Amino acid sequence: MTYSATQEPCFVLDGVTKSYGERRVLDLTQLTIFSGERLALVGPSGSGKSTLLRLLNFLESQTTGAIRFQGQAYDAQHKAPLEVRRKITMVSQRPVLLNSSVTDNVRFGLRLRGERDARDQALAALEQVGLPGLARQPARTLSGGEAQRVALARAMVLQPDVLLLDEPTANLDPYNVGVIEKTVRTLNEQQGTTIVLVTHNVFQAHRLADRVGLMMDGRLVEVAEVEQFFETPTDPRTGAFVRGEMIY
Amino acid sequence: MDELGSGLRQATQMIFGGDAALMEIVWLSLRVSGVALAFATLIGIPLGAFLGLRRFRGRRLTVALLYTGMGFPPVVVGLFVYLLLSRSGPLGQLGWAFIPKLFTPGAMVIAQTIIAVPLVAGFTMAAVMGVDPQLRQQVQSLGATDWQTTLAVLGEARIGVIVAVIAGFGGIISEVGAVMLVGGNIEGKTRVLTTAIVLETRQGSFDLAIALGLILLGITFFINVVMLRLQGRTLEA
Repeated sequence: MTYSATQEPCFVLDGVTKSYGERRVLDLTQLTIFSGERLALVGPSGSGKSTLLRLLNFLESQTTGAIRFQGQAYDAQHKAPLEVRRKITMVSQRPVLLNSSVTDNVRFGLRLRGERDARDQALAALEQVGLPGLARQPARTLSGGEAQRVALARAMVLQPDVLLLDEPTANLDPYNVGVIEKTVRTLNEQQGTTIVLVTHNVFQAHRLADRVGLMMDGRLVEVAEVEQFFETPTDPRTGAFVRGEMIY
Repeated sequence: MDELGSGLRQATQMIFGGDAALMEIVWLSLRVSGVALAFATLIGIPLGAFLGLRRFRGRRLTVALLYTGMGFPPVVVGLFVYLLLSRSGPLGQLGWAFIPKLFTPGAMVIAQTIIAVPLVAGFTMAAVMGVDPQLRQQVQSLGATDWQTTLAVLGEARIGVIVAVIAGFGGIISEVGAVMLVGGNIEGKTRVLTTAIVLETRQGSFDLAIALGLILLGITFFINVVMLRLQGRTLEA
């Protein structure tokens, strides 16, 4: 699904900050993420990208400011209820799989939601990530690329409104990168899932995203549609980052 | 060596001969330690999981107390329970029906529960803390409630949790000080394997003491094997 300005906002962040003790790691003036878009966040390590994903997943509360999700505002005092949290899921850079079979891992989230069997859905999700033959395999025996694809399958099977991806292809070989990118694109195009991708890889951001944002020192430097971000950025730091120049 | 061989023979005869007095002692030992272990498991696993997963003010002190409890001498626990349950003690003088009296299996269960809880909780806490911290976040991200997250972490730490239960059982089936103090080693009433071994040794019946010791070892071994089997693991794994 291609981003368009007429789309409904999925997330609206206003004045959101996050501090750990005295250290402020995130300071966002304003960010809107639209339903059904693919937004990539790029930037150097420690720029607050992963922290932002945890806030969007409601795994942590912001220190100040408001996060509106599908029109409803949440903060530390008004935490997102379970049914809201269950509309959003995340795939991390280093997936931790349960010490059980691949199928059990994929249907884990469905079982949390009270679905007893869910075997068929799990197998369908494994098919989507190209691993139908590994259903009975112990998850701990998988390679890094296979484990990441299983992690993607266990997130996809939940049919979330929003899929957050935190460096999902870091350290993976080109084949696995290709499978994961294709799966994410298909999920977005066929089901309208909103994708927020954090990546160090500007080429991946270019390939996958409708819009790209650059984060530095916890702040959003610029967010723009992909062509503008790469061809005619408004902030000189964006241009330098895209050209691979050291800006930090 | 003669006494060891004789003890082994006598143990075999007593076990396969179905010696009634022995069976009574074995049954009471298993009953007391089994019930105490059940209570300790019900208290210790949630406590260990809580301490392993939550950060709160006073946690360090609580953990230090727990570690102290893991090394608490059983005889001191026995003394503590003795003083609690004696007629002039804070619980004993209440006279409530559900509070066990001294020199009963109930008193022994209380003492053994107090001994086992820190062991089960301490090893459970260590097992839970050994689980990759990323797992919690990823499970929560998949939509788990706090309770489901705790269960998932305990599931991943299951080998350690089973070890915690085994350690708790090992700590109480083999202890003698507490059950001697609060049980009194009364024949047919509160005599268990360990107190019987002490008695037989004092009376010079070394072969009988060895026989009882071997039976105690056998029970411990058997229960450990069963617990490992329950985990779907063999001793070779």
